[in-house]
Amino acid sequence: MTDADIRKAFLGELTQIAPDIDADSVGPDDHLQDDLEIDSMDFLNLVTALHQRLGVDIPESDYPKIATLALAVEYLKARIG
Amino acid sequence: MTWPIIFKDVFTRAAANLTDQVRAAFTWEQARATLDGLPDGGLNIAHEALDRHVAAGHGGQVAIRWLGKDNDRRDLTYAELSADAARFANVLAQHGLAPGARVYALMGRVPELYAAALGTLKAGMTFTPLFAAFGPEPIKARMEIGEGNVLVTTAALYRKKVASWIRDLPSLRLILILDDAPAPEGCVALRPAMAAASDQFETAMTTADDMALIHFTSGTTGRPKGAVHVHGAVIAHAATGRFALDLKPGDIYWCTADPGWVTGTSYGIISPLVNRVTMIVDEAEFDLERWYGILQNEKVQVWYTAPTAIRMLMRAGKKAAQGYDFSHLRFLASVGEPLNPEGVLWGQEVFGHPFHDNWWQTETGGIMIANTADMDIRPGSMGRPLPGIEAGIVAQEGDSLRNCKPGEIGELALRPGWPSLMRAYLHEKARYDKCFVDGWYLSGDLAMQDKDGVFWFVGRADDLIKSSGHLIGPFEVESALIEHEAVAEAAVIGIPDETAGEVVKAYVALNPGFEVSAELERSIRGFARKKLGAAVAPREIVFRKQLPKTRSGKIMRRLLKARELGLPEGDISTLEADEK
Repeated sequence: MTDADIRKAFLGELTQIAPDIDADSVGPDDHLQDDLEIDSMDFLNLVTALHQRLGVDIPESDYPKIATLALAVEYLKARIG
Repeated sequence: MTWPIIFKDVFTRAAANLTDQVRAAFTWEQARATLDGLPDGGLNIAHEALDRHVAAGHGGQVAIRWLGKDNDRRDLTYAELSADAARFANVLAQHGLAPGARVYALMGRVPELYAAALGTLKAGMTFTPLFAAFGPEPIKARMEIGEGNVLVTTAALYRKKVASWIRDLPSLRLILILDDAPAPEGCVALRPAMAAASDQFETAMTTADDMALIHFTSGTTGRPKGAVHVHGAVIAHAATGRFALDLKPGDIYWCTADPGWVTGTSYGIISPLVNRVTMIVDEAEFDLERWYGILQNEKVQVWYTAPTAIRMLMRAGKKAAQGYDFSHLRFLASVGEPLNPEGVLWGQEVFGHPFHDNWWQTETGGIMIANTADMDIRPGSMGRPLPGIEAGIVAQEGDSLRNCKPGEIGELALRPGWPSLMRAYLHEKARYDKCFVDGWYLSGDLAMQDKDGVFWFVGRADDLIKSSGHLIGPFEVESALIEHEAVAEAAVIGIPDETAGEVVKAYVALNPGFEVSAELERSIRGFARKKLGAAVAPREIVFRKQLPKTRSGKIMRRLLKARELGLPEGDISTLEADEK
């Protein structure tokens, strides 16, 4: 998968969980919780959705590593392999 | 399955603040006597929380150890927090505000929030915290009902959630903005104003019966209710912190609740300061390693948290907690919704102490029923009434109430008379009066009491939803949904969720001309999130051609819930139009 594919997958799941977010307006360094108002339940749902879509299992201790779009793309890229 | 009782040893019992002797000797008069009071019999929460400790020589003790999101940190001593509260009170006074004014705070967990709360109380004004994750609608409704005069918030929250409507609020007098940058037009920058203000302010001569706090809580029908609490509530905040949380002066204490909710005010500001502990305040949201790190590095002794957080820790497994030193922990407590027995025991296994579940609600102002430090714990139970609290289980019989037998499920009721009982629902006397029957305050919660006198929570008697420990009124959510152009009718229920306890689910019937689609589902859900905020908006929306209704046109949420859960449908004699 290319970075663009991963970005698209991540934003797709994010905006499915939080349709109030406009995918085009998400900046690479916007913090999901602080800037985009994703709460912890949304976050858990996002982790589950990413697992289903990309087959990547994200342990709790890695949650900070997907806290922004830029971080998440890097992290997922390494894990998709 | 039955869970083993967790027994306390003799040393633990002897070290507890609450022992059988203390229980036997307790009176509310005596509890009041542990406080300073003001001359001529007055009482003020801010004086008890700050000024009396400074006067007694404890001004140098750290009151708040603040941990910023970006790993910056700041210690505020009792003397410094007292001075900041005085500055905040002076800023209010300089803008012509007088005792009785209503001050609302909408911000995250930053040091100024605490100065604002205590400064407002010191000035004899009324403080109302709002949850920063609320959307514009819940904020607006709460400020309208409470006729807010002052809003303290950040520039970002102001722009996003407040600016578009607040100028239409007739009661509004002042908007204080926290950020360092110049405040938006018509607002006052708080930090420069505080820096220029005097750190001396003579505490308003409030009495125990003067209004101090308004906490909003959701109703099944109608708008949110503003529960009014008085300065006298501090007597209960002091005593219950000692008894139910085992707070001792000098303890390091961490309450993870946000002050936007009643727990974060009663036990995240007032009770700990009155009991002269050092509070840990973490600005960031839940994060597994951060939380374990705080417990270890800050040497937390007493920890008060919530089932949702405990379950999130449990999801990560015991292994994630290995390698941390939790040896400073002495007492763990949980509130918000019943903690499942697995969670109670998990505390024992991972931290060396069980979680002590306790029960109270916005209306009671403080903890009423608790598993305390000296008690053996029956995992999953609420515990026993605290000293000064009489609780019972009652059922309607004709026009009056009868006491239920041990093991029989009924409504949990309390004998009025404790100091932190709400004194009114703002502008809603009829709703308030309905809470009191035959000399009992009716909680709206169903419970039972076993043969040993221990209370067990069963559920809500009404349609309110408890999600991540927060009470959500279906009516408030439904009202926002039907503002969407496609929505004709909406019904909202809570469905069980492993982590949050319950999550909000909406059933929606569409207006003519709108077709069911995944896109429309997202549009409605996004609309609701924008209006209500993520914590309150539905996580799931399903479409129906028609919602089940009674003859009088009332939507039967109970029936939707029973069907959702595969439970018996109960009495459906009033059902007129069924779900399609």
